[in-house]
Amino acid sequence: MKKLHYERPIIQRLNVGVMNKFGTKTEYAPVTHVDGNAVKGLLAKYGSPLFVISEKTIRKTFRDANRAFKTRYPKVQFAWSYKTNYVNAVCNVFHQEGSWAEVVSGFEYQKALQNGVSGNKIIFNGPDKSMEELTMAIENNSLLHIDHLDELYMIKELATKSKKKPRVAIRVNMDTGVYPIWDRFGFNYENGQAWDAINKIILNDQMELVGLHCHIGTFMLAPSAYGLAASKLSDLALSIKKKFKKSIQYIDMGGGFASRNTLKGSYLQGMDLAPSFDSFAEEITTAILNAGFAKDELPMLVLETGRALIDDAGFLLGSVISNKRLSDGRRATILDFGVNILFTSFWYDHKISPAQEFSQYSEDSVLYGPLCMNIDVVRENITLPPLKRDDQVVVHSVGAYNMTQWMQFISLRPAIVMIDKNDKPHLIRKRETLKSIETEEVLPAYLKDFKL
Amino acid sequence: MKINKNVALSDSGFVFNPSTGDSFSTNPIGLEIIKLLKEGKSMDYVKASLLKTYTIEEATLERDCYDFANMLMKFKLTEADEKAEN
Ligand SMILES: Cc1ncc(COP(=O)(O)O)c(C=O)c1O
Repeated sequence: MKKLHYERPIIQRLNVGVMNKFGTKTEYAPVTHVDGNAVKGLLAKYGSPLFVISEKTIRKTFRDANRAFKTRYPKVQFAWSYKTNYVNAVCNVFHQEGSWAEVVSGFEYQKALQNGVSGNKIIFNGPDKSMEELTMAIENNSLLHIDHLDELYMIKELATKSKKKPRVAIRVNMDTGVYPIWDRFGFNYENGQAWDAINKIILNDQMELVGLHCHIGTFMLAPSAYGLAASKLSDLALSIKKKFKKSIQYIDMGGGFASRNTLKGSYLQGMDLAPSFDSFAEEITTAILNAGFAKDELPMLVLETGRALIDDAGFLLGSVISNKRLSDGRRATILDFGVNILFTSFWYDHKISPAQEFSQYSEDSVLYGPLCMNIDVVRENITLPPLKRDDQVVVHSVGAYNMTQWMQFISLRPAIVMIDKNDKPHLIRKRETLKSIETEEVLPAYLKDFKL
Repeated sequence: MKINKNVALSDSGFVFNPSTGDSFSTNPIGLEIIKLLKEGKSMDYVKASLLKTYTIEEATLERDCYDFANMLMKFKLTEADEKAEN
C-alpha cells in the first residue's frame, strides 16, 4: 500500500469574533517560482539564503512612476538613489531607463562614475563631502546639493581655485505637516535660513545656483505633504526670479514615497495603504504648475525616489533550519537568514510565503533568524502552514536598503541573482567567502603563532 | 494520555471543549490522533499506526507527537490527572 503524504499535526485555538494579531490569510498562497524560476532550483544552484531581483518588476515600476509624472508635467528627471540599492546591475537598469544618479558619499559617487554616468548627471547630496570629493565633483560638473553653511564655505573656497564655476543647489527643510520635521538636513524654509543661503550664493557669484532640493522624509504616506513642499520650493524659486532676475533650472523633490510594505504596528496592510505614484505626482505637479512660473520658465522636476521603485522587485529566498516550541506555547521557526541580511525586518512586517504546496491548515508562529542574538526576529507573529526543516520560504518586497545596509555579522552575505526579462537568472553579486572578509585584515607578525 | 470525554470533534477538524468554551481547529492528522486517543488508544499505539500510514521517519514523528500532546495538555483537552504521562 502506498503511504500517505505526512504533515505535522497542529492544533490552534480559534478566537471567535476577535481580530487576531496574526495577520490575514494573504500570506498563505505558496510562491514556488519567481519570474518563471523555481525557488528550489535557484537555491540549489546559488545556495540558501539568496536575494533575487526581478528586472521586469524594476522596469515596470519605473515606467509606471515615470508615466505618472510625465503625463502631468513637461520636464521630469529621475535620479537613482544609490544608497537604496547600489549593486551595479540594479543601478544600470535604472540608468538604462534614463535615471541620473543621486549619491550621498564619495564612495557612491565613484560607483556612479564607474557605472558610466557622466559627472553632470550626478547629484551629490548629504552632509559629509570632503574637500577632495568636492573638488572631484566640481571638476566633473556635478550637481552639489549644499547641506550646511560649512559646506557652502568649502565650495566657495574651492571655487576661487577652480576654473569651473560649481553648479550648486541647496537642500531646504520645512514644515509640511508631517512630524518630526527632518530639520537636521539642509536650511530651514520657515525661519529664513534657506533664503539667506540663497542670497549668499547668488551675491557671491562664484557658484551657479541651479536648483532647489528637499527630501521631506521617508516612507511618506501623505501625498499632500509633497504638494506643500513643492509650493514652498516654487515660492523660493519665484522670489529668486523676482529679486535677481534669475531662473532656477530645477526643483528636486527628493525621495520618500512609501512602498507597499507593512510598517510594524500598522493595522492595515501596506498594500492597501501606500498611495499610488499618480497621487504623489498629482500633488507635486499641480503645486508647481499653479505656482506662477512663466510657461517657458518652468523648472525641471527631479525625483530621487528610492524604495518605492525597488522594494517590490526584491525577494529573499531562504530555508527552514528548525522548529521549536517556546515556553509560552508559541511555535517558533528558525530560518537561515535574520536581521543581519534582512535589515528591514526592524521596520516592516514583511510578507513571507512558503515556497511549497501545503494544506489549508496553519499555526501562529514567531520567525527567528540564525544569529545568536535575541534581537534576531524576522517576524514577531505570523500565521503559516507547518514548516519543517529544509522547507523554503520567500520574503517579499526586500529590494530597498537590505542590499546596502546588510551586515557581515556571524555569517557571510549571500549571493544576489537578477532575473532578466526573458526569465534568465544572472549572478550579479557572488556569495561572500572567508577571503572576501579577510582581504582587508592585517595580522601583525608577532601575533601569528601561539601554542595551546 | 486520555482526551477529555466531553470534547466534541467534527470531521472537518473542528474541536470544541464544552468545559472551557474554547474551540480549536486541527489538521487531518491531528484529528486522527485526537480520535484515536479519545477511543482510549495509547500514544504508542497512535504512533505505530501513523508510521504505517504515512511516509515519515520515526524520529520526526516522535518529536511531532510529543509537541502535539503538549499542546493538547496546554489547551486542557486531556484529562487533568494524566498530565505527567505522555
Ligand atoms: C536625499 C535623499 N534622496 C532620496 C532618498 C531615497 O528615499 P526613499 O527610499 O525613501 O525614496 C533618500 C533616503 O533617505 C535621501 O536621503
